[in-house]
This record gives sequence, structure tokens and C-alpha cells, in this order.
Amino acid sequence: MIEKVHIRVNGRPVSIPAGTIVAAVIARAGLSRFRRSVSGQARGPLCGMGICMECRVTINGRPYCRSCQVLCEEDMEVISDG
Amino acid sequence: MSQSFDIIIVGAGIVGVACAAECARAGLKVLVLDRGPVGGGTTAAGMGHIVVMDDSEAQFALTSYSRTLWHQLVRDLPADVEYDQCGTLWLAADDEEMAEVHRKQRHYTERGVRVEVLDEAGVEAAEPNLRPGMAGGLRVPEDAVLYPPCAARFLLGQAKQYGAEFRTPVTVSDLLPEGGVALAGGERISADRSVNATGPWSPALTPGLPVRKRKGHLVVTDRHPGFVHHQIVELGYLKSAHSVSKDSVAFNIQPRKTGQVLIGSSRQFDAEDSGVDQTILDNMLNRALEYMPGLGQLSSTRVWTGHRAATPDKLPLIGPGAESDRIWMATGHEGLGITTSLGTGRILADLLLDRPTEIPAAPYAPDRFANGGMNHD
Repeated sequence: MIEKVHIRVNGRPVSIPAGTIVAAVIARAGLSRFRRSVSGQARGPLCGMGICMECRVTINGRPYCRSCQVLCEEDMEVISDG
Repeated sequence: MSQSFDIIIVGAGIVGVACAAECARAGLKVLVLDRGPVGGGTTAAGMGHIVVMDDSEAQFALTSYSRTLWHQLVRDLPADVEYDQCGTLWLAADDEEMAEVHRKQRHYTERGVRVEVLDEAGVEAAEPNLRPGMAGGLRVPEDAVLYPPCAARFLLGQAKQYGAEFRTPVTVSDLLPEGGVALAGGERISADRSVNATGPWSPALTPGLPVRKRKGHLVVTDRHPGFVHHQIVELGYLKSAHSVSKDSVAFNIQPRKTGQVLIGSSRQFDAEDSGVDQTILDNMLNRALEYMPGLGQLSSTRVWTGHRAATPDKLPLIGPGAESDRIWMATGHEGLGITTSLGTGRILADLLLDRPTEIPAAPYAPDRFANGGMNHD
């Protein structure tokens, strides 16, 4: 049986297999806007490999984390659209 | 092209376009040429600090005059220029630097520039992210910051409204003694006069010009609104960056309207290439961390470099060139070109049209270095 971890995305509880990338969880939650550009435009993952900086979200209170580079851990708090 | 212009301005950096706006507004037929985008050279490597400086009376006169012109322009500036009257905070780390705060206070106050002395507690309240224990500082509340490339684009837009033309990408190979320019492809464009506004590249078009490239690095961070409130400049700057010879770094930081934090500064002669120099960058950031340890928690999104156009007396060259009345200069603004662009444009236009200048133009005369003489105040 696959081990599950429990995190919150914008306050909503999500249960997902351990080792899932945060960006994938946000996308699966149906959110396409991970953050806003300086001028307020919607931004989301482009490269998926930590280069483009477009998928940044707040994780456990720390802003500007690249969600494509972080694995989900138990009790993680993810806030998109910061 | 057989069309003739009153004046061809080579260089669409902020100085060139400020000259273009003033000349076009005065009714001259103006052509601006650049090999790249508007404000894409030195302008894009400037912090965009609108600041009154007092290394010399002539520097004070030009920076305070120019700041007044910026203040008059504020209501016309579009949002993308990001003009923010955040003020300058000159920071004193010790008693020696505090003495400089008091000297500066007297100097500015006597000349009508509003300033405010802060003690240790005042500095701490004004900038909580500074390390504790500063001796004090001098706040200059009417100084400001802006985003230079968009300011240059705005000024070029003004020039165009008054009929100026702009061509890019165009490489100018020669400023002709009879007034026009020759392009790299062989084309000639005639004009009564040309203006060399190519900043650090100006000696290539005017050999022998006393302008040297002085490289600088900048770092910009993610958005952290409220992390810093003023353009902060350490007064240790006086001991390091103002020495005209050796490499130096200084703590110089600025809030952007976006919430980003812009960090400078470094100064290097004889560093022609535009690559990031890791040693200098480390020194610069370590200096910043000494003053603002919390910066270590922020991530940078971009590091870049540029070249200033430095002159021996730290004053720009504005007016007819030493060689010919047909070839004028608007260059050599070193680290103050964003501020002094507007004053330069006004002085250049006044001189061209034989109008009285609003501040004495002699200290900036390009021929002041002729025969090796230097015209200090």
C-alpha cells in the first residue's frame, strides 16, 4: 500500500502519496494560478525543473518556494497565489 | 536619406533622450540614433536614484537643479516609471561618519535642500532591518527612485510628441566635422550638429575624450514589501567608492514599488567585460549583509552589470566638444546620469539656442580638460 501524507493547499486538506511534488498537488487541485506577476498576471509552472521561477508558492510560511522542487511532507501548509 | 536635421543625438540612454526631449520641445528638428533598445545600456544598469549630491558645488548645482526638474515632471510620469519619493537615508556607522552627517546637514540646509538628522533610535525606527547600533543618519525626504529604462522610454515619447525621430538599431561610425553622422553601412545623415550621448562608449566616437568605463554590479531580490523604506547609502561610501582609482564596494540599497529590493554597489575601472565578477559580487553582498543581516533570508532573482561613464572630476561633459562646435557632448555622468539627465537636457538645449542657462554651465564644459588643465571648483 502506498504511504499517504496529509497537507493543506490554500487551507484545504489534501491526502496524497508521499514523495509527490508540491507543484503536482497544486495542479491536481485544479489551481492554475500559482502566483501573480509584478503586474498581477496569473503565473504557473513552465519548466518543471527549478529554472523558470514561475511556480513559486508559500510553503510553511516561507514565500517564493519553487513548488516543482519540493516534495510533500506531512502537515505541510501550501499557499498559492501569494 | 537626404533629409537634414538640426541635431542628431547619438545614444538613446536617459541622457540622450532627455536632450532630445528638450531640443524637440524648443522646436529643433531632432533625430535620435541608437544601436540597441531605448535605455538598454548604462541606463538599465543604474539604480534610478534621484539624489542631491555634494562632492562639489558644481555637482550639487546640477543634481539639485535636476531633482527640481524631476519634481516638476512627476505628475506626467506613467505608472511603469515607478517613481517613488522614498527619500535618501545617508547612514553613519560611527562618529566620524556622523560628523559627515552634520557637515552635510549644514551644506544642504544652507542651499535650501530639506534634510533631517536622525540619531540611533531614529535610524532604527526608520529602517528596522538595519543592524542595531548605527550612529545616526541624514534623511533627504525629497529624493526619490524610479525605473530608469521606462523613464528613458517616457522621455523619448515626449521628444517624439514634439516631432523628434528615432532609429534603431543603427550603428554610428563617425561624428562628421561638418555636423552630421556616418553610419556603419556607409550611409550619411546630415545635420547642423551631432551630440555624443553614448556614455561609456563615447570615446569610441570622440577619441581622447576623458571618459573611462567604470563597471558596476546590481542584485535584485524577490518581492518583500516593507523590508526597506529609503534608498539607503552608507557614508563609508566616502572612504571607499569616491576614491577614483581602486575597486570598491559600498552598501547601497533601495526599495522598488514592486516590493523588490535592489542592492548595490560596486565600482571597478579597467573591467571591460560585462560578466559577473564573483569576487566583487561577494564583497558587495557581504557589505550589504553587514548592514542588513536579514537580507540573507531573501533570494535574488537577477544579478547584472553595467558600465558608468566616469570623468576625472566626477562632472559630466555638456556642450560643444573641444574639437568642433559641430560635435557636442552629453556624456560622462558616471553614477548620477538618471538624476542629472534632465538638467543636462535643459542646459544643452539652452546652450544650443543661445538662451541663458538656469545654472552656470562652465563647470561642465567639455573643453575644461584641454591642455591637461582641470577646472575644479
